[in-house]
Amino acid sequence: MIQISVESIGLTAAGMPGWEAARPVLRGEAALDATALPAFRANLLPPNERRRTTALIKLALQTAEDALARSRYGMDELASVFASSEGDGEIVDRICTALTLPGHPVSPTHFHNSVHNAPAGYWAIAGGSHHVSTSLAAGADSFAAGLLEAASVAVLERVPVLLLAYDYALPPALAGRGYVDTVFAVAMVLAADDGSGLARLRLDVQPGSVQPPPMGAELAALRAHNPAAAALPLLQLLARGDSAMLCLPCQEQLTLQIEIET
Amino acid sequence: MPFEPLILTAYSTVSALGHGRGVALDALLQGHSGLRRCDYEGADMETWIGRVDGIEDVVLPTALAPFACRNNRLAALGLESDGFATAVAAARARYGAARIGVFLGTSTSGIEATEQAYRRRGDEGGPLPADFDYRHTHNTFSVADFTRRYLGLAGPAQVISTACSSSAKVFAAASRHIRAGWCDAAVVGGVDSLCLTTLYGFNSLELVSRRPCRPWDAARDGINIGEAAGFALLEREGEGVRLLGYGESSDAYHMSTPHPEGEGALRAMQAALDSAGLAARQIDYINLHGTATPSNDRAEDRAVMRLFAGEVPCSSTKGWTGHTLGAAGITEAIFCALAIEEGFVPGSLNTEQLDPELFAPIVRTTRRQPVRIVMSNSFGFGGSNCALILGRPA
Repeated sequence: MIQISVESIGLTAAGMPGWEAARPVLRGEAALDATALPAFRANLLPPNERRRTTALIKLALQTAEDALARSRYGMDELASVFASSEGDGEIVDRICTALTLPGHPVSPTHFHNSVHNAPAGYWAIAGGSHHVSTSLAAGADSFAAGLLEAASVAVLERVPVLLLAYDYALPPALAGRGYVDTVFAVAMVLAADDGSGLARLRLDVQPGSVQPPPMGAELAALRAHNPAAAALPLLQLLARGDSAMLCLPCQEQLTLQIEIET
Repeated sequence: MPFEPLILTAYSTVSALGHGRGVALDALLQGHSGLRRCDYEGADMETWIGRVDGIEDVVLPTALAPFACRNNRLAALGLESDGFATAVAAARARYGAARIGVFLGTSTSGIEATEQAYRRRGDEGGPLPADFDYRHTHNTFSVADFTRRYLGLAGPAQVISTACSSSAKVFAAASRHIRAGWCDAAVVGGVDSLCLTTLYGFNSLELVSRRPCRPWDAARDGINIGEAAGFALLEREGEGVRLLGYGESSDAYHMSTPHPEGEGALRAMQAALDSAGLAARQIDYINLHGTATPSNDRAEDRAVMRLFAGEVPCSSTKGWTGHTLGAAGITEAIFCALAIEEGFVPGSLNTEQLDPELFAPIVRTTRRQPVRIVMSNSFGFGGSNCALILGRPA
C-alpha cells in the first residue's frame, strides 16, 4: 500500500477546458457541452519547439500547465509519468504513409517525435527537469497503470511527480482500430503524503475483475472512447470533495483500490 | 521502503547471436558477431543489421493468434528460450497469478504490421485491410498484453516505452511495484523488432552506419539496428545474479542528441551507485550504451570519465547484436549476468582505432576474469537515461 497526496489537477476535454471549468460538470451542476473543443496553446514551449510538435504533444503539455498553475512545485522539481494508450497516431500515419512512397522519405522530425516519450522529452526540455521520467502504456487501463507508477515514484524516490494520462483521437486511417476515438487528458501533481493538497489517496491492488462505477451518459461516452478518461470517477469525487473507496479496473482480473480522504 | 536487492532467478535472451544464453555466451567468448548485411525485406539500404533467424516461422498459440506480428513472434521465441516460461509457471504456482507483475520495454512494438497494412492499401488512400489488427499488434501495450496471457499472469502490467532506455527502466518499475506491495515477483524484459520505420528513420537522422558499427572508434559513423527479446524473473529470494541498484534521469537537453558533457548519463549512473550503496571503484565492469554514433559515445565517455576516472574497464556489445533499441537494456543486462556467472569481460567488437579524444578504458577483446559487480548503461531519445547495477554476493 502506498499513500500519496493530490496537490493539483489539470484537465483537457471537449466542454472541459481546464480543471476549474470542469469542476461544475464533474459535480453534476452543469451539463457537458461536448461540441466545445478546447483550443491548444502549449505555452510551455518556445516557438521554435512548438512548430515541431503535434496535437498530442500540445494536448499533454497544455494539461500539465493547467495542473502546474495551482501547484507549489516548479517544473524543474517534478519527476514525471506520461501514460498514453496509443501514443501519437498522427506521427504513425505520416511515417507509414512516407514508407509507401519511392525512397521511403521519413521526416527526421517525425521520426524523433515518434517515440512514445516525445511529450515527456519536450516537457523535460521546457521545464529543465532532470528527474526520473517514465512513459508507459497499458491499453484500456493506462490511467490505472500510470497512477500506480507515479505514486510509487513519489513515495519511493521521494520526489513530487507530475502524472499525465492523455490520448488523442487516432487519424482517419486508424480510427476505430485502437483504444482512442476522442480527446482527453488529465494531469495530477502527486507527492508523498504530508497532509496537504486536495486529497489523500491510498492505493492497493486486489485480484479479481471489477466494473467501473456508473456515470452519466456523456461522461460514460467519453470514458468509452479514451483510456485516460478512466480517471473520471476519481475526478468526480475529487471535484466534489468526497471521501470514498473507489474501485477501478487495473487489468483484466485485477482491481485498483483507491481510498480517497479529503 | 528502501531499495532491496532482487534476484534474477531465471532469464532468457534471443538476439542476432542466436536463441538462448548458451549461443550468446559462446559468441561473446569467441568473438563471433551476429551482424549481417541488411537483408530485411523492403529495406534498400547499405547497412548491417542484427537480425534474429527463425522469427517468421513462429506460430503463436491459437488463442493468441490476433497478436501475430514480428514483435510478438520474437517475444514468443524469448519466452520459450532458456526454460523461461517453465520457470514462470513454477513461480505462478508459488505466488498466484495476480501477484506476478509484467513490465516490458519496447520502442516500436509491432509497427511492421501497420507499415505492411499501409503498403497493402494501394495508392488511392482507401481503407486499410480489414484483417489488419492494430490493437493487438502495433498498440504500445501489445507485447505486455501478449506476454501476460502467454504466461497466464494477472498482476499489474505495463509497457515502458522510452526509446532505447525502455527495457532498463522496467527493472526500476518492477522494484517499485514489489516494494509498494502490489506484487511479489515480476517478469521484466523487452522486445523490439526490425521495421522500416527505424531503418529509414535513423537513416533520415544520418545515424546509420554503412559498415558494422564501431563503438569508441575514431572513424565511428553510426549504429546498426538490431532486434532482440529478453526476459528476467525478479524475486526477493532465490539463487542467481542480483539487481543491486538502478538510477534514472532526464537530460532535459534535446530530443535526439545527448547532453554534450553527458550530464544526464552521469546523474543516472550516480543515482544507481547511490541506490546500491556502492562507490564507483567497486564496479568491476561497465557495459556502455556505446551506440557508435559520434555524439553518443563522446557524451557517454565524458560522463564515465567524470565518475570513474578511467579506473573501470568498459566495453560496448553493440558490435555483436547491433542496437536493439527498446530491447537493448534487457539484452545487455543479461550479457552482464552472463559475465558475472561465467567470469569474463566482453570485448568491444569491431572497434579498430580507438578515438584519441575518448578516454574510457575500452576492453578490445573478450577476456576471462572474475566479475562481481557490473553497471549497464542505457540512454534514449528524449533524453531518457537509466543505469543498472547487477552483482553477486561477496
